[in-house]
Formats: sequence, structure tokens, C-alpha cells
Amino acid sequence: MSDWLIETQQLTVAFDGFRALDNLDFRVRRGEVRVVIGPNGAGKTTLLDVISGKVAPTTGKVLFNGRSIGGLAENRIAHLGIGRKFQTPRIFSQLTVRENIELCARHAKTVLGVLSDRRLRDTTVDDVLALVNLGDKAEQRAGTLSHGEKQWLEIGMVVAQDPVLLLVDEPVAGMTDRETEKTSKLLRDLGATHTIIVIEHDMEFVRGLAQTVTVLHEGRLLCEGSVTQVQSNPRVAEVYLGRHALEAAH
Amino acid sequence: MRTRKQAVLIETLILLGVVALLIFAAPAFLSDFRLNLLGKFLALGIVALAIDLIWGYTGLLSLGHGVFFGLGAYCMAMYLKLEVGAASSGATSAYGSGTVLPDFMVWNGLTDLPWFWKPFQSFGFTLAMIVLVPATVAALLGILTFRNRIRGVYFSILTQAMALIFTTLFIGQQAYTGGTNGLTDFKTILGAPINDVATQHRLFDITVVVLAAVYIFCRLLTSGGFGRVLAAIRDDEGRLRFSGYDPAQFKVFVFAISAALAGIGGALFVPQVGIISPSLMGVVPSIEMVIWVAVGGRGTLIGAIIGAILVNSAKSFLSESFPDFWLYFQGSLFVAVVLLMPSGIVGTLAHLRTRRVSAPARGPALVKQSAAETP
Repeated sequence: MSDWLIETQQLTVAFDGFRALDNLDFRVRRGEVRVVIGPNGAGKTTLLDVISGKVAPTTGKVLFNGRSIGGLAENRIAHLGIGRKFQTPRIFSQLTVRENIELCARHAKTVLGVLSDRRLRDTTVDDVLALVNLGDKAEQRAGTLSHGEKQWLEIGMVVAQDPVLLLVDEPVAGMTDRETEKTSKLLRDLGATHTIIVIEHDMEFVRGLAQTVTVLHEGRLLCEGSVTQVQSNPRVAEVYLGRHALEAAH
Repeated sequence: MRTRKQAVLIETLILLGVVALLIFAAPAFLSDFRLNLLGKFLALGIVALAIDLIWGYTGLLSLGHGVFFGLGAYCMAMYLKLEVGAASSGATSAYGSGTVLPDFMVWNGLTDLPWFWKPFQSFGFTLAMIVLVPATVAALLGILTFRNRIRGVYFSILTQAMALIFTTLFIGQQAYTGGTNGLTDFKTILGAPINDVATQHRLFDITVVVLAAVYIFCRLLTSGGFGRVLAAIRDDEGRLRFSGYDPAQFKVFVFAISAALAGIGGALFVPQVGIISPSLMGVVPSIEMVIWVAVGGRGTLIGAIIGAILVNSAKSFLSESFPDFWLYFQGSLFVAVVLLMPSGIVGTLAHLRTRRVSAPARGPALVKQSAAETP
């Protein structure tokens, strides 16, 4: 088996003729923490959508562990070991923090499984709660958490699923500097035991996290390399960083 | 603070108290007529629980539960109708296994009992069908809609269409269903004269016990792990998929359970009221059932029962005194509840109470109450 954990081959996703992803070959090695950047509309979120099963490939393939997963239902893909965290946190606000984690940590996720199996992975749940720093808020309703805490809870929910691959969409959007720092550390810790794909804009954050950065532009792969390589690439500067640099200068 | 065990104990004691009160005290205070009415309302309370299970807890608004109620009711009515024939067989010409053809079949020119009527001579078979027929219809409709990710208002419209189809079918197949008149004129139930006061009292007792059992069943189903999956479906079904669950599976299951419960309610309704007809299972009754739950408080089981009893009491009181006035009242009641008390009577009371003890804020409408709060 190849050491690519996730691989897309000539992947195209088109909506009404608009190609959100255009013939994309993208691959991530097992154990890697990869950051995907790119200007708005580059296809970053669509890439996560197609890997996690939210949209099916129009043409091309998605291989996970060498197995084609394009077009499978979201829950099937989750069972294979892919967990996803959304850009705006999606948590179950009526449930408590602990219940959110428990729901995701459960082994048997069928009707009969849920009805018969009342044993939950309690140690896992406590471990995850500690990991995302929400141990003292475990019994609180998830809807009452702050924005940053919701982001962490959702990361915790994904981790509780025990995935091989974590897809993380803009984890520090709307976070304070301190929260960003904590999140960065959390993802680095998770990176020791998981393969992670992160979408992020914050270059400071990216530098602390990734060995390799992939730049997408208009659904295609623009370039790939270390943060320094990517930042010194004139084409990247042109489509993406240049604009930021300009904004920063003003 | 009360522990979970204490809360369960208190709730059990209250439940037992209410059951005992209804069975032993109600007959002493209510006339036979009122007791019979209350028995009918309690049977409808089971239907309200069924609707609350899918609407209040899972977020699926069914506007066709009259059908499931009706299917259960017709199953029971078929049994009762055949008992009429069985009792008088020997006297007149016998068909099948010693059964006289139900009156309406004779009027419609049938000479033989239709094959699907025959097994309803068995009480055991009838009981099984009361649960299985509505559950199967719901499961089929559920599989078609939920697997195809049909949601929200489209689901509601489909259930409404189902109610229309079933009433049309039942009216059209007069020789087999009794048509517009439905099934009525029952004589005995398990050999006991059905209109006797003693029989009606026993039916009332059975309804109370079944309602309590259904309440406990719903209580267990909605608390614990399964209830949390239902809450998650209501909250963000799409998210749940990414966590590895197939919401369609859970929705089909809970829809079928709900339909079976509505069928049980229908089966208890028939012997106490003495009739089931298409007009009791159609679009309008289906919507009325939803109103009971909205008034009482969706997402609180006790609220559903209270809503069913209150609205139906008001209905029988107002239609006795001002027959023309009831429909206007029902309409305004629904509008008032939606505008002023979106979480219903019980939901609003619980909300006021939590606010007073300043517990962590709860969401507005559609809120599931925790164990300690539902009496």
C-alpha cells in the first residue's frame, strides 16, 4: 500500500458548470499535518466536502487508504476513520458538553446499537474533555459555550470519533490571540497521533503548525512546499499573499 | 440537589398515584358519561404522546397521524364487528368459520368474508395488527422519504397527502371498510356486552394502564442515549452524519414506533366511542392531534397528555353548549398558543420555573426538559 493516506486523482467537482475543484491531484502522507490555503473560492472547503462525503465527485477519484470513497454517504466515511470539523462550529447545542462527546465516541451508531449498548467509552470521554480543556464545563449545555469553546468542543467531538484523518476547517476563525495559541498547541498535539488537513488563512498560525502547505487557486493546485517556499513563490504572492501584503502595508 | 435515583423514584410515585387516582377515585366522582369521555381523552392522550415523540423530540412534524390512529382503530373495529357476527351465528346463515357477515357487507352485496378480514376473528392477531399495520405503513413512508433526505415541510406535506389518500381509499372501498359510515354498531368485546357500565369501566381502567405504560416507554426512549440521538437529529441532522450516524435509520424507527402508539390509541378509542370512520382519521383530525401537543407543550411528554385532555374537554364542553362555536375557538386557541406560548402550557411553566431558580438558560421553544423537571 502506498504511504498516501488520502489522495485525489483528477478530481473535479462542478456545480452548474462552475468548477469548484478542477482536475485536482492532491495527496497527503500518513501522519502529516497539512495546511491548505488559498483565496476565497479556491475550493478549499469543497475539497473537505468531497473527502467527507458532503458532495460527490463530478469526475475523478478520492482514495482513502487506497480505497475509493468518492460518493459514499457521510456516515460511511466517518466510520472509515475520517472526522470533520466545520468552519462555523456545528455542535448539538441542546445537549451538554459531555453528551456531545459521548454521542460521537459511541462505538455502535445504529438504532439497535444505541438502544442496547449503554456502555460508553467513559475514559475516552474524560480524556477528550481534558484534551480540549472543557472538563469543568462538561455538564453545561453546549449552546451556552463561548465561540472559542464551541470550536474546541467540535474538535473534541471529532477526536472522540477516533478518526485516522482529521479535516479541520478554519479552526481559529473568530478566536482571540490566546485562544488561537491554545488551538495551535492542541492541533500540534493531535498531529502526533493523527493525520490532519487544516484550512487556515492566518499565516502566523500556519507557520507554527505545518511542514507542508498546499496552495489552491480556482480549484487547482497552485503550489506546494514549506511555509517559506510557499511565501517566496511569486505566483502565490500574486494570487494570495500579495494581496495580504498590500493590505498589511496600508 | 436531588440525585437522579431520587428523581426517578419521585416520578414513579407520582405516576402510580395518578394511575390509582384515575382507576379508583375517578369513577366515584364522575358520572358514567363523563368517565367514558375521560377514557376517550386518555386514549387520545396516547396519540398525543405518539406525536410528541416525533415532533417534540425528533423535530418531524407529521400531519397524517390520523391515519395511524385510524388503522389501529379499524383493526380493533374489524374484530368487534366479527364478534357481532359470531354471537348471532347459528341463528342466521353462517359464513366462513361460523361467522355471520358484517351488516354493511350484506348491504354491499358481498357473500363471502374478504380474506383479509378473516384473521381478525382472533383477538391475538388483532392486537398484533393494531401495532404492526400502522408501524409498517409508517416504516414504508419513512424509508421512502428519509432515505431520500426529504425533510421539514416536504415531509409534513407528504404525511398530509397520505391522510388524504387513506380517507379516500377507505370511503371508496365501501364493501370492505364500511365507507363513509365506517365501522360501528358493536355488541360485545371478548364476550362482554360493550355498552355495559361494567365493561366501560374496565375499558377505562385498561386505557389508564396502557397510557401509563406508553408514557413510561416514551420516557425511557427519550432519556438516555437514544433520546440524545433524537435531540441531535432535531438540532443538526447533517452534523450527525459526519459523526457516523445515519439519521434516516433513526427517523424511520421512531416514526414507526410513533405510528404504532397512535394505532394503540385508536384501538382503545373504538370500543369506548363505538365508532371509527374516515372522518376521524383524515386531514382535519390529524391536524387537531398536532394542536393538542402544541397546546400542552411539545417536547414534554406530560404536556402532550395534558394538551389532549384539555383541548378535547374544551371541545366537548363547547360543542355541547355552543355547537357552532367550537371550530372558531380551536383555531384561535392554536394561534394564541403559537404566538403567546410557543412551548405550550407545560413548556412555559417549566420555563418560568427554571428562570426563577436561575438555572442555566434553556432554549425557547422545542426544548427537551431534563429528568428532574418533568413531573
